[in-house]
Amino acid sequence: MIETRPEPGRAPAAATAPVLEVEDLHVTFPSEAGEVQAVRGVSYSVRPGEVLGIVGESGSGKSVSSMAVLGLLPESASVRGAIRLGGRDILGLGDREMSRIRGREIGMVFQDPLSALTPVYSIGTQIVEALQIHQDLSKEAARKRAIELLDVVGIPDPNRRVDAFPHEFSGGMRQRAMIAMAIANDPKVIIADEPTTALDVTIQAQVLDVLKKAQDVTGAAIVMITHDLGVIAGFADRVMVMYAGKPVETGTVDQVYYTPRMPYTIGLLGSIPRLDNDGGPLIPIEGTPPSMVELPPGCPFAARCPITIDRCLEVEPSLVAPEGVDHPVACIRGYELGREGGLVPEEIYPVPELPEAGPQERLPRAERAAVLEVDDLVKHFPLMKGAVFKRRVGTVRAVDGISLEIREGETLGLVGESGCGKTTTLLEILDLPTGQGGTISVLGKDTRHLKRADRKALRRDVQVVFQDPMASLDARMPVGDILAEPLETHGWSKDRIAARIPELLELVGLKPDHADRYPQEFSGGQRQRISIARALALEPKLVILDEPVSALDVSIQAGVLNLLNDLKARLGLSYLFVAHDLSVVRHTADRVAVMYLGRIVEVGETHKVFEAPSHPYTQALLSAVPLPDPHKERERRRILLTGDLPSPADVPSGCRFRNRCPKFAQLDEAKAQQCRDEDPMLHSLAADHSAACHHAAALQVV
Amino acid sequence: MSLQQQPALEPEEAPAVAVGAPLSSQVTAPVAPGRSGRLRLTLRRFARNRLALVGIGLLVLLFLLAWVGPLLDKWSYEDLDFDAFLQPPSGDHWFGTDQSGADLFAQTCRGLQKSLVIGLLVGLIVTALAAVAGASAGYFGGWVDRVIMWVVDLLLVMPSFLIIAVLSPVFQGATWLIFVVLLAAFSWMITARVIRSMTQTLKDREFVKAAKYLGVPTWKIIARHILPNMASLLIIDATIQVSVAIIGESGLSYFGFGIQAPDVSLGTVIAAGTTSATTYQWLFWFPAGCLVLVGLAIAFIGDGLRDALDPNAAGAKAKPGKARRKAAAARAAASPQTSEADVLGSK
Repeated sequence: MIETRPEPGRAPAAATAPVLEVEDLHVTFPSEAGEVQAVRGVSYSVRPGEVLGIVGESGSGKSVSSMAVLGLLPESASVRGAIRLGGRDILGLGDREMSRIRGREIGMVFQDPLSALTPVYSIGTQIVEALQIHQDLSKEAARKRAIELLDVVGIPDPNRRVDAFPHEFSGGMRQRAMIAMAIANDPKVIIADEPTTALDVTIQAQVLDVLKKAQDVTGAAIVMITHDLGVIAGFADRVMVMYAGKPVETGTVDQVYYTPRMPYTIGLLGSIPRLDNDGGPLIPIEGTPPSMVELPPGCPFAARCPITIDRCLEVEPSLVAPEGVDHPVACIRGYELGREGGLVPEEIYPVPELPEAGPQERLPRAERAAVLEVDDLVKHFPLMKGAVFKRRVGTVRAVDGISLEIREGETLGLVGESGCGKTTTLLEILDLPTGQGGTISVLGKDTRHLKRADRKALRRDVQVVFQDPMASLDARMPVGDILAEPLETHGWSKDRIAARIPELLELVGLKPDHADRYPQEFSGGQRQRISIARALALEPKLVILDEPVSALDVSIQAGVLNLLNDLKARLGLSYLFVAHDLSVVRHTADRVAVMYLGRIVEVGETHKVFEAPSHPYTQALLSAVPLPDPHKERERRRILLTGDLPSPADVPSGCRFRNRCPKFAQLDEAKAQQCRDEDPMLHSLAADHSAACHHAAALQVV
Repeated sequence: MSLQQQPALEPEEAPAVAVGAPLSSQVTAPVAPGRSGRLRLTLRRFARNRLALVGIGLLVLLFLLAWVGPLLDKWSYEDLDFDAFLQPPSGDHWFGTDQSGADLFAQTCRGLQKSLVIGLLVGLIVTALAAVAGASAGYFGGWVDRVIMWVVDLLLVMPSFLIIAVLSPVFQGATWLIFVVLLAAFSWMITARVIRSMTQTLKDREFVKAAKYLGVPTWKIIARHILPNMASLLIIDATIQVSVAIIGESGLSYFGFGIQAPDVSLGTVIAAGTTSATTYQWLFWFPAGCLVLVGLAIAFIGDGLRDALDPNAAGAKAKPGKARRKAAAARAAASPQTSEADVLGSK
């Protein structure tokens, strides 16, 4: 049982009895390969008003343990241990009894708000249903309460929106509606399973805010499950770090973040790129999590741990507070860490060397050749209506005049929320179009005047790595054939191909004899390495990276990012790095361009944009990114944007950001009129830093 | 696409290969030293499937029966033995005789010759046609899609039986291969529609986009990425089409189109024997048994191919299970080709 000492001022209800207690929970699933031990002894308790964060990578058992609490595991799962809700053991209750508890005493918020709401009923009907199942309310009273709830979670105009259907809500609004349902019956515990993972950062900030507010209203305890260490830092009181189905370290947020004592936690904290500094390589944790089918004896982390000793392989350490450590850690060497004369936690992982800058990178930017020039690129899609006679009723301005430039040996980060036109821009560049509007030149060649053969030849120089490492590799082809494909296409001889494939595999850190395996046999990080190898096969000049690490776990992500940096320096590549994760962009990009609704609103050198963001949107975006640093996180003030990204089919007049702009609301009438009438163009603020705002002014937000 | 990879083909099947050949030449990845291409990996995985090997063996035996059997039998399919009407199987007539004294063994062999070729050819042509038409319609969209779907819908509403009936006097005396073409032409449409919709979902997948941005030509993308990813459907469909074609042919022959007396096909022999299934059982059971064996062999091979092409299939991996390892060792001893098999499943 995890008991942390009450911290003055931070644990509001330390004296009260825990509302939810989980004791020695085990969950196993039968599978073809044997029993999968998904959860192996999880214990925790939460008190009213407390937030417990459970962090872990995919497959660590964090979601399964919460599903067990909710009684939502499949029949085939076998669950052992004890789950007490307000002192009553609820493990082993029948579905009928659990149904009475779910929704009334335990509220749930799931990751995907689209699939968690029934599309054929209005939001109001679904909240009313949640209320009427558990409470004896009249239809009118329930509806009134539903409107109140929607108001609490910050849905504008709840009287009207209560009759809207889920598809009419944006992702963030749906998640708010889910929270409204979760708190509808004043639950004692709210279990939130990755509630913001599917959302953009600005929306994530809004939703976390709402969740906090919901907790204040209901006084419930929250169990927050996430893989994002930043979210937990600012939101949770206590943290439990899980690995291979077991908690490995637990304590208050400050204890775990500032004095981690389990090598896994140390590695995890070291492997995340951070928004508040850009120096140094990331420290990846080597290897992959163990299979949960036949765990070897000993510490499950031993194979990846830099300080493994023989004893680690013999006994699995239990979660106890070692001598001189103020919180429980499951590591037999935990007591050595951080002690005088002992191991220094920051130094146990070998720091990878930063690659030497290539010859192009050392040249001043102005002297390097441009690899990609995009000038005033426009991509509009017609909006059609009617079944027989299609007529044009509008225009979707997906990309509405974008200019960028990438020089040799440079990484340009293109950031923005989903729907801002990042992907369209990237596909336009990859299509080497003949043109709607604007020009694209690759290596000085204008793509509009290319012949077919030249176009194909140009493809050699521009390659792409997609987001989802599973979907971007043909599952039916062995890795060797996947890598051979670009080479065959561009007419390499068999001998050269045969020589090139082992070379490529080694380049990305895989073994040459992996060529005969199928993509399924690799982990996510390895698959992404294969994608990178394929992109590099033809020795391109420019690689377009479309969210290359967003599908990977943090410890794996660090390795891939380091590889990308290393390859860039060794091969003299240029990257167009499209991402929504600003921390990753800060870490990898030399220059960054921020997109909003089909336009670039701020562009410049990375450190200038991140340290002195000048466009109100950039400021809001940066302030919304959570930092994995509890102190900083508590002190930061978020700039919360109101509402959602407008539809690109209905772009506001003048400045397209004005209806969400926090600055616009504070302007006097004359200045505000300028925002309404004039579309701001990018104008230079400093050397290589420009913003598209009439009233641009730098503001420190990180 | 999967069809070109039909391994271990005997000479008799040569015409069948020719259908798939134009595609297969591009699909076959060059096998470089140190890396086995997809074709060799697939073959190796196929060889690991015992039932599939049984299927191949069975098919070989059936072909032998069809072409070598008549050489051993002293009766020809046209001969009538006026001393033996409706005789049960004996040393003289191995499968017995029918009411006019024809030797059933000779007839079955002759029928098998026709039906095996018709069945396999129609199965291959139908699946290849459906794959090409469906994938093109789905991948290109636009007017290509509209034209192909128009043809599909047109053929679907046309009464195929009637048209074959009307056309058959025109081809009277011509080679019976025309018949294969006719049968194939009227049975690819539904499969093509299914393939089209599957292509539409596949073409937006990232690996297809990746290939496109690598500069891979469109027809190569279809052959290399789109079709292999629906191999399961194609193989199952081909398997069914083989049996359907054999049965369908007998239906037409029964009405006097297609294979005409005195020539026989398996279908006509079965059709003639159906009425005697309970009384003079050998008239029905021997030819029907052959048909069942053909179907079984094709199904086994199809299953094996599907597993060999699907990297997720557990059966095709060299798992270090005890029984499997023993079997693998035995097989490795039998053929040196499989000895490198552990490369794949070592994880």
